Amino acid sequence: MARTRLKTVYRHPLPVRIGHWVNALCLLILLLSGLQIFNAHPHLYWGSASDFESPWLSIDYHWSRDDGYSGWTRVYDWQADTTGVLGASPGADGELEGRAFPAWLTIPGSRWLAMGRSWHFFFAWILVINASLFLIWALFAGHLKRLVPTVEDWRGFGQSVIDHLRLRHPTGEAATRYNILQKLAYLTVIFGLGGLIVLTGLCMSPRMDTVLEPVLEFFGGRQSARSIHFLAASGFVLFVAIHLFEVIVSGPVNQLRSMITGYFRYHDHATGVASNRENRHDG
Amino acid sequence: MTDNTRRRFLKTLLAGGGMATLTGCDYLSEKPWFRDTLAQSEKLSDAVQHAITPRKAMAREFTPADISPRFRANGTTDPEGAEYRALAANGFRDYRLKVGGMVENPMTLDLAAIRALPSRTQITRHDCVEGWSAIGQWTGARLSALVEQARPQPEARYLVFHCADRYGRSDSPYYESIDMEDAHHPQTLLAYELNGEPLPIANGAPLRLRVERQLGYKMAKYVMAIEVVDRFDHIGRGKGGFWEDRGYAWYAGI
Ligand code: HEM
Repeated sequence: MARTRLKTVYRHPLPVRIGHWVNALCLLILLLSGLQIFNAHPHLYWGSASDFESPWLSIDYHWSRDDGYSGWTRVYDWQADTTGVLGASPGADGELEGRAFPAWLTIPGSRWLAMGRSWHFFFAWILVINASLFLIWALFAGHLKRLVPTVEDWRGFGQSVIDHLRLRHPTGEAATRYNILQKLAYLTVIFGLGGLIVLTGLCMSPRMDTVLEPVLEFFGGRQSARSIHFLAASGFVLFVAIHLFEVIVSGPVNQLRSMITGYFRYHDHATGVASNRENRHDG
Repeated sequence: MTDNTRRRFLKTLLAGGGMATLTGCDYLSEKPWFRDTLAQSEKLSDAVQHAITPRKAMAREFTPADISPRFRANGTTDPEGAEYRALAANGFRDYRLKVGGMVENPMTLDLAAIRALPSRTQITRHDCVEGWSAIGQWTGARLSALVEQARPQPEARYLVFHCADRYGRSDSPYYESIDMEDAHHPQTLLAYELNGEPLPIANGAPLRLRVERQLGYKMAKYVMAIEVVDRFDHIGRGKGGFWEDRGYAWYAGI
């Protein structure tokens, strides 16, 4: 193999790096404290009020003197025994207890709604402030332009899908730019999911509802807003899972380094280099 | 770095990071200074929500068709105190609401006097801090009318509601507090009817508070006395309410 010539580019400016990590921390804490909040009433409904007879999603438990706790999860008509993880899971003493999401997925670990809400709203504010500063910066620094797909991007859409499915990632200079799927994913998540989760979060506030009535109407009522909030949070989990997967298959050390120091390394094609270990998934 | 060490490094990073986050959060949750820090966001939410919504902004009112078939009762559903028991046994004929504290005109009212006050009927959505909602029709005396008759002194800032129930095995009675803005809001009621019937004991008979722009725990049930104050740090554990004393936010607008 020919010797490769490594190039280093300054890829992520400081505001992107700070924004990224503050955002990651907020999302993690909001998710886990949100699950604590969910546990206080582990049923989701559609409409304005809760029709206690027909939640569309429930994560609950049975208890009997003989068999102790067993957990179950129901989504519409589908039901499964989920003892150990959902509905009933080990508490601090290692014994099964009735709780929708397990201790290792909630902040705080024990059942503590007041504290979960404290965490949630504090970090909701940090998230909103961070996102606003980021968007203002991105607008003025022209960063949003880097995220808007170009005509050329759209032409390469099919190829990009195939490449992603085959876990082949752009190498060389192309790896330093966002690809079309990446652009679409980031835009959907920032403006779609992000907007949705903030709006549905606010729609659960009785005070805000005095002025958000049309928005609430659009979502279908407060309990629908709560359901959509939960689904949007699930959407974030899915996005983060794919995002982490892509980071891992496209050279995690280089990617992590570039999001910390800003510097991204790639192999310059112009010097005739074909292979780039960091940027290729090789099993 | 080989693929194997890299993979191991990442696994350790993820697992270690996850563990550290959760134990770290539990550790911090126990620290008073940290709880106080997190609680600061309550003031921000309070200030911002008050800044962007009008003082008199109304909670949505629904139609009779929207009324929930079963209005869930939370907290205490059957107070145990002997005094309350005696009142209930007699259909609350001996019930008296005391209005006192920093007012020019302290009052004691029976239910007939409360029913004689200007009243209002409204179908609203009740949002519990646990996450569920129920819609019910409330009829009650406008709190603003009562407050005007009692004539608060200029320094008065809050209304404290003292209740007949002790939640769970607690040794302290339930209480709550609201500010003058909510006290004067047209939808703030001392409700004595739910869905056209006398208020059931489970929902707070004979009198409960309705503060429609806040969460359910603000809406004290079994109200026995209203005390007008300029601060509440000497009442209960000093946070302005039974649940506030146990870590919940005083401002329950979200
Ligand atoms: C500005 C941003 C946000 C606001 C204002 C907000 C507000 C809220 C509120 C008021 C609740 C309580 C619902 C209830 O009464 O049960 C809640 C619950 C929850 N939140 Fe958020 N939230 C925000 C962002 C997020 C984010 C980013 C996530 C996850 C990534 C998240 C995940 C959850 C979950 C899982 C629950 C519990 C289930 C549910 O009620 O839907 N939240 N949030």
